[in-house]
Amino acid sequence: MRFVPLNAPSAARSALVTLASLVAALLICALVFKLAGQSPAEVYGTMLRGTLGDSTGLGEVGRRTIPLLLIGAGLALAFRAQFFNIGAEGQLLLGAVFAAGTALFVPLPGPLLLPAVFVAGFVGGGLWALIAAALRRVNVNEILSTLMLNYIAVALVTYLIAGPWKGKDVRGYIYTDTFPDAANLPTLGGSQVHWPTLLLGVAVALGLQWVLSRSTFGYALRVVGENPGAARYAGLSSGRVALLVALITGGAAGLAGAGEVAGIHHRLLEAGQISLGYGFTAVIVAWLARGNPALCLITAPVMGIILAGGDILKIDLNLPFRVVDIFSGVILLCLIASEIFVRHRVQWGRA
Amino acid sequence: MDNVVIEALVRALAVGTPLLLACLGAILNERAGVVNLGVEGLMAVGALAAFAVAASSPDANLWLAVGASMLAGAALALLHAVATITLRANQFVSGLALALIGTGTAGLLGKRFEGLPLFNKVADLSLGGFTISPFTVAALLLAGAMAFWLGATRSGLTLRSVGENPAAADVLGVNVGLIRVLAVMGGGALAGLAGAFLSLSYRSSWADNMTGGLGWIAVALVIFVGWRPLRAIAGALFFGFLYYLQFRLQGNSPIPTEVFSAMPFVLVLVVLALAGMRGQAGNAPAALGRAYVRGER
Repeated sequence: MRFVPLNAPSAARSALVTLASLVAALLICALVFKLAGQSPAEVYGTMLRGTLGDSTGLGEVGRRTIPLLLIGAGLALAFRAQFFNIGAEGQLLLGAVFAAGTALFVPLPGPLLLPAVFVAGFVGGGLWALIAAALRRVNVNEILSTLMLNYIAVALVTYLIAGPWKGKDVRGYIYTDTFPDAANLPTLGGSQVHWPTLLLGVAVALGLQWVLSRSTFGYALRVVGENPGAARYAGLSSGRVALLVALITGGAAGLAGAGEVAGIHHRLLEAGQISLGYGFTAVIVAWLARGNPALCLITAPVMGIILAGGDILKIDLNLPFRVVDIFSGVILLCLIASEIFVRHRVQWGRA
Repeated sequence: MDNVVIEALVRALAVGTPLLLACLGAILNERAGVVNLGVEGLMAVGALAAFAVAASSPDANLWLAVGASMLAGAALALLHAVATITLRANQFVSGLALALIGTGTAGLLGKRFEGLPLFNKVADLSLGGFTISPFTVAALLLAGAMAFWLGATRSGLTLRSVGENPAAADVLGVNVGLIRVLAVMGGGALAGLAGAFLSLSYRSSWADNMTGGLGWIAVALVIFVGWRPLRAIAGALFFGFLYYLQFRLQGNSPIPTEVFSAMPFVLVLVVLALAGMRGQAGNAPAALGRAYVRGER
């Protein structure tokens, strides 16, 4: 078997391969469920009924789509620049920390508070990603550094809510006091869909797509990502591009963190409750979109279904929430393993 | 006083054992040019496979349990090998997917073993009043054997040539793809063994997320020790000691516990940055992380 490179792979081929790899992934996951003694039909049926079947389920999908869209759009940009940010989980948490700090301790007049909360979230997430970008300058692989920063972010959140920020009216539990009303986001009736963050996510996805395809910075970013050698010749600083990309992608994750605490929890609480693995799932959102931030408008809800579906499986079939990791891992593996079929055709037999 | 030192050393060795085993595995596949970030997942399935075999009947053979862990690790690593070597997928992202698949599958399939006691745990060896796991002894011997094999044998040289200059190795008639696949599977088997140590000897139980980030530290350790098996012993001891310190100081010091839980990860960052600044990343196998395609550079 040989792979023969194609000169100009069509968009249709790319879409078809993506779809085929998704189907393959769902089949492999079915096999895993079979091994675990579950009926795959029942698992998938329960997931679909619980997520798309009624308005509550749709609301749950929507709630999870918001952070996935924000983070995924940022990551799509980062991956195009070959900045493999795997630490969106930690950046989201730092965004939540900065947002909570602003909501709880910064005395601002009502209408200014919410914008400040989001700006703080962006700054928190962006700074956390900048650490990784700075470390890259001394040859530290950003996949490893952003991962380590995830663990450190979790410890930081725990420290804050159990220590200096622990709520005065809170007994026994560890979380902060609730935010003032002015720092709380409105939600769509009866659901936890904080629509201002959703709009923000749509704007970020479309805005980043514009940046990527139309701006000078986007051009530099693509050149640095696709051909670092040529970028050096053209005098493009890959270091500066990496710093900016880190700030944007981390900042977007930070916005997601701000949205989660201001829109749903109204306080800072344990890391595992703020994020349900959004950082990792968003990697797949970005990869499914093949590096196009705007396409995350489609792929974020797809992964939103899987995250919300994981919750349904936990409740209805008593499965561990970790099944979501299986979905994520298998989909991701199938996606990247199928990539070769986008740019190559297969020739059987020897050359 | 001496006893305190020896105790610290023994404890550091215990926590360092899974780090050492997993790190040796990662050195094996990285010396052949393949990065596998999935160690955390490989350890998780190894731990589960070993526990499942040992716990399924009271007189189940422990050798069988250990073998199962290595087989499970190698099998999962084979996915990585096919994706990255045959299909030339990005090694870093594939490893990440592997970590998710491993921890997820272990969590799902292991649910029924949670909280079960293990009657036939691996017996510790007694050494002058202190106990030490046979896994630890095996890991130390393995590090020595691997250093010798990589440095002084023909097959070890072949493996290294595949990681340094696959095109040249190919010209000399070496089957680059096959050696890489075998190295990845070997690395997976060792990571699985590291998991078996946790579930058969160290904790003698199974719990979700029992690897607790050790796999990621092992991955970083490889860079820290400059891809050298003997140095890996020192590196594993160092991080093992850190964990021991965390355990010892928790609760009886004014420093918040979260500082201790974050410390290994902060230290990995510091250590990686230092290694990077010293130019140690230059020790990496030249073809590390890149798929080999005949006729391409």
